[in-house]
Amino acid sequence: MRQGIGSAEAPLRVAVVGAGPAGFYTAEALLDSGVAVEVDLLEQLPVPYGLVRYGVAPDHARLKSVTAVFAQIAQRPGLRFHGDVALGDAVSAQELGALYDAVAVCTGIDGDQPLGIEGEALPGVHAARDLVAWYNSRPGAQDLAIDLSQEVAVIVGQGNVAIDLCRILASPVDRLRGTDIAEHALQALAHSRLREIHLVGRRGPVQARFTPKELRELGTLPGWHVAVDPVDLQLGAACQAEAADPAAVHAARNLAQLQAYAAQPAPAGARLIRLHFHTAPLRLLGPQRLRAVELQPQRLDGPAGRQRAVPAGPPLRLPAGLLLRSVGYRGRPLPGLPFEALGGTLPQAGGRLLEPDGSVRGGWYAAGWVKRGASGVIGSNRACAAETVASLLADLPQLAAARGRRGTPAGRDGLAALLRARGRSALGFDAALAIEQAERVRGAATGKAAEKFICLDQMRAAARPL
Amino acid sequence: MPHVVTDNCRGCRYTDCVASCPVACFHANEVRVYIDPALCIDCGACIPACPVQAIVEEFDLAPEQQHWIRINAEAAQRYPTLRNRLAPLDGAAALRQALGY
Repeated sequence: MRQGIGSAEAPLRVAVVGAGPAGFYTAEALLDSGVAVEVDLLEQLPVPYGLVRYGVAPDHARLKSVTAVFAQIAQRPGLRFHGDVALGDAVSAQELGALYDAVAVCTGIDGDQPLGIEGEALPGVHAARDLVAWYNSRPGAQDLAIDLSQEVAVIVGQGNVAIDLCRILASPVDRLRGTDIAEHALQALAHSRLREIHLVGRRGPVQARFTPKELRELGTLPGWHVAVDPVDLQLGAACQAEAADPAAVHAARNLAQLQAYAAQPAPAGARLIRLHFHTAPLRLLGPQRLRAVELQPQRLDGPAGRQRAVPAGPPLRLPAGLLLRSVGYRGRPLPGLPFEALGGTLPQAGGRLLEPDGSVRGGWYAAGWVKRGASGVIGSNRACAAETVASLLADLPQLAAARGRRGTPAGRDGLAALLRARGRSALGFDAALAIEQAERVRGAATGKAAEKFICLDQMRAAARPL
Repeated sequence: MPHVVTDNCRGCRYTDCVASCPVACFHANEVRVYIDPALCIDCGACIPACPVQAIVEEFDLAPEQQHWIRINAEAAQRYPTLRNRLAPLDGAAALRQALGY
């Protein structure tokens, strides 16, 4: 039945699409499986690492050092990296399905979740992900028209992304100068006139999604005072029950840190980071550009674990010239693949891709954010990928049967031939290493860890020196 | 600051933490696991993964738990790296219940 699939003579051929954390951990789990496997890791950009390169804040160098683990995986025998190859552009889903025994989609989630309120299109209103991409040198994101001559910014959302944004906006540039932050961002931040940053969340401190570590870091920014209204920290019975639930691992430490912030007096002349709980944006007011945010006080209603924020009291007006929305990411459909509109993810069970009728799409898998939605930290993807690869390995008999019907798929040779026929070619991992090295050299000129290329053609040129 | 594995792990060794560690910084013996502080990148994925809340960031350690910093660092040198999940130890479920989780 197995027809030798996964043996040294007939290795399993798998394409992993997307070289972020989920893609690397999927590749690693395949290489560790004991089955002979050829893993082709496809990435739309010339460089790997996904959100570790373009999402993790530049001042979190220790977190970014996980790329050393990914680089080791990339250089293992059995794996080949194909940079500059985008699904739906260089190669279609249908073509990939024909070229490989199995395809694991690890493309992450790229879209952002709008607030859906009046005034969201006004100049001065930005998506968090656009700002993150801007300071992380993501190609195409450098022209963000962010006006840092404004004195008051509102960040909507209370997760770690919101805190990252706040911390970068409030960091003295000397704190960022040695990182790999984009030079255009560093220059803009050096002239920032921001004096107040308001972090706004619909629900209470118990439901906040940030971690104690990120919350604590806010308090370390010189010249900024973190303010919390003690009234926001008075918990009702349902919130007390939620905070006491062992599943709420961060609630107690977050509360303790928030209480410490609430108790400290504001030093004279300090700039202000203010955390507002039980507050939702209602309207964004212009007319030509954002001038103020109308905020609706909220209260929590319902039993523990199922509390909902409902309006409570008259709206308040907060003058502000910048608003950054950070209320979650939302996936967009991938060409040729089913789509779960509700969560913006791929419909799947245990990592097996499902058709709209609920049947399994044989040979197709998913891991990472595109599988489970935009939540979790880097390490969450390792457990997620392990589950997906366990499903894939359990399906070996079906994958062998598919080979029996259609023959051995062409794998990486077939991919190279297809790209060649289109006048394109992939960049290997050595190219990615050359790009990174060139970026470190660029950065060294100004004392930075790296100055990442913004332009894809510059990356390609650095990858293939003449 | 690095994360450390404290008392609650002993006798449970659920190893859900190990499955979610992005840098393979866990080491294990027969009764529990430890974190190598030189490798931990502070991502925090292991904290919610642990069913008995044995893992704490160094900064959050209570005064009476400070000795776990040294124990983790030393044990990580002594015991082998554990990269993937193991079955919990016999009695882990009872211990977890006794710990109130």
